[in-house]
Amino acid sequence: MNTFQKVFDAVDQVSRNKRALTPSSKTYADTVLYLEGVSVAFDGFKAINDLNFYVNDGELRCVIGPNGAGKTTMMDIITGKTRPDKGIVLFGEETNLLELSEPEIANIGIGRKFQKPTVFEALSVFENLELAAAGDKSVMATLRNPMSAEQRDSVQAVAETVALESLLNKEAQVLSHGQKQWLEIGMLLMQQPRLLLVDEPVAGMTHQEMDRTGELLTGLAGQHTVVVVEHDMDFVRSLDSRVTVLHQGSVLAEGSMASVRDNPDVIKVYLGE
Amino acid sequence: MSHSTPLSDSQLSSRWLLHNDRGGQLLLLVLLLAATVLPYLNLALPADHPWHFSTYNLNLLGKYLCYALLAMSVDLVWGYMGFLSLGHGAFFALGGYVMGMYLMRQIGDRGVYGNPELPDFMVFLNWQELPWYWQGFDLFPFVLVMIVLVPGVLAFIFGWFAFRSRVNGVYLSIISQALTYALMLAFFRNEMGFGGNNGLTDFKEILGFSINEQNTRVALFVASAVATAAGYLCCRYIVNSRAGRVVRAVRDAENRARFLGYEVDKYQLWLLVFSAMMAGVAGALYVPQVGIINPGEFSPLNSIEIVIWVAIGGRATLYGAVVGAIGVNYAKSWFTAAMPEFWLFGLGALFVLATLWLPRGITGLLSYRGRR
Repeated sequence: MNTFQKVFDAVDQVSRNKRALTPSSKTYADTVLYLEGVSVAFDGFKAINDLNFYVNDGELRCVIGPNGAGKTTMMDIITGKTRPDKGIVLFGEETNLLELSEPEIANIGIGRKFQKPTVFEALSVFENLELAAAGDKSVMATLRNPMSAEQRDSVQAVAETVALESLLNKEAQVLSHGQKQWLEIGMLLMQQPRLLLVDEPVAGMTHQEMDRTGELLTGLAGQHTVVVVEHDMDFVRSLDSRVTVLHQGSVLAEGSMASVRDNPDVIKVYLGE
Repeated sequence: MSHSTPLSDSQLSSRWLLHNDRGGQLLLLVLLLAATVLPYLNLALPADHPWHFSTYNLNLLGKYLCYALLAMSVDLVWGYMGFLSLGHGAFFALGGYVMGMYLMRQIGDRGVYGNPELPDFMVFLNWQELPWYWQGFDLFPFVLVMIVLVPGVLAFIFGWFAFRSRVNGVYLSIISQALTYALMLAFFRNEMGFGGNNGLTDFKEILGFSINEQNTRVALFVASAVATAAGYLCCRYIVNSRAGRVVRAVRDAENRARFLGYEVDKYQLWLLVFSAMMAGVAGALYVPQVGIINPGEFSPLNSIEIVIWVAIGGRATLYGAVVGAIGVNYAKSWFTAAMPEFWLFGLGALFVLATLWLPRGITGLLSYRGRR
């Protein structure tokens, strides 16, 4: 192949990307998250394979799928931890997430809860929530300015939402597993994100805690957009939301829990041949 | 007591900086007493008076205070940020070299060769003129700036590369060790222009005062005590600020902090730069008190020793670093006089014992109610 051909291809590729980056308002007016043609491979293994995934503003969406379906990798791509080999990832109408770093993505309004509850163990519950509060997160700002009164009030409010108001001065390491999960969700709320990505929120929770988490997440939808990745089918059913089934890095089925459950492809994947 | 009113000390920023910090209050009190009473006992009482505090001991203690400041700078990055620096001796030595250069320029024509411009070792190497990087070091204000700037810039370059590429843990420790080792080798070379193997020595005057004069020694001791106190207050301010909590958050869950919107590498970078500057100040105060600076100060072993002081004193307390630095060095003085060949065994044993039975160091043992 000659050089001209290569250059031509490259130019063509760029213009194609450009076209794709300006979606027509008709189709995506209320799409808050837009993934199209996304692929990523690790050492030849295609973790995400030509994935198309759209989430509407204010929606509560569940993502399910067997182990290795690419659920966590998808979250990694959205939050900037993993860069896809190709594809488009947009937030809102024109923010290209592939150009931003993890902190930048967090600051434009995407919050993430990890699969394993991750809180700052040596800090108190209050301090955990404090650090998560929306605001200027530069070194100078945090060095000079203590919390504002509004931020302190919002800590109190969020602590009540996640039922940790009596534990504010306890170190996070003494919390139970379920409480840590809630604390992390509380930290997401402090961020006031437009989009919450919640990875396995009910792992290790009792049924009571699960119910409460379900209520919490359903309550958040509307004001926020919530994407929940979960293994626990009872929990997903209880959320009564639109469900996306991932398999081998792409979408296998999408729809209500009932329709997805009756889908022969899904049955095949979950139950084997 | 109501449970729902969240008023832990860290939230009430309007309180005094050392509110609820018993260790810090005690430390500052001791430093204040040391900086006032000991000079009095040394200067006002005759040498044969039983309460007289000898200049030798005062000088020794001044040296230990420099170590204490250095240990605090290591505790700041190790205890709070989780960066086990095995190269902090480099920042200390650079601060020391800057001060050494000033002191060399103060010798003037009183050197062995009597050259008013060039330090003796340059004359010896047949150099004709002062290298460009020695210019300006006869001016004390310039020197004061360089004492913090030189270690700060090195830390900035090191940290910029290391933290941006997310190097951490053991790898970062090893790189920091390599840094100080490389500098040691570089400073050993005569062509570097810092006196090679012999380093910088034979100092005469500082700010016009004879360096061996009793009054000068006392002044240097007081300066060391003041610097240690100031260093403590700065560190405490940082640690108590929201930035300090971000740094601890990064230590415990780096990704969580990043996904909350904190640019983790910047926090790490600025804390390291500040810590290096503190170490530089410690080195600059150390050199006039010991009268020499040579490449041996860059030795990796020195940097490891600092870490041991901090571990023995108690990590992530700041005052623990002071206790560790002074305690271990007094033990070292005593040991090396009584049983010189056993000191390294003693140090090793201390480290092992502290790790096994005193994971929170001496101060951890003393704080009976724990750190909560």
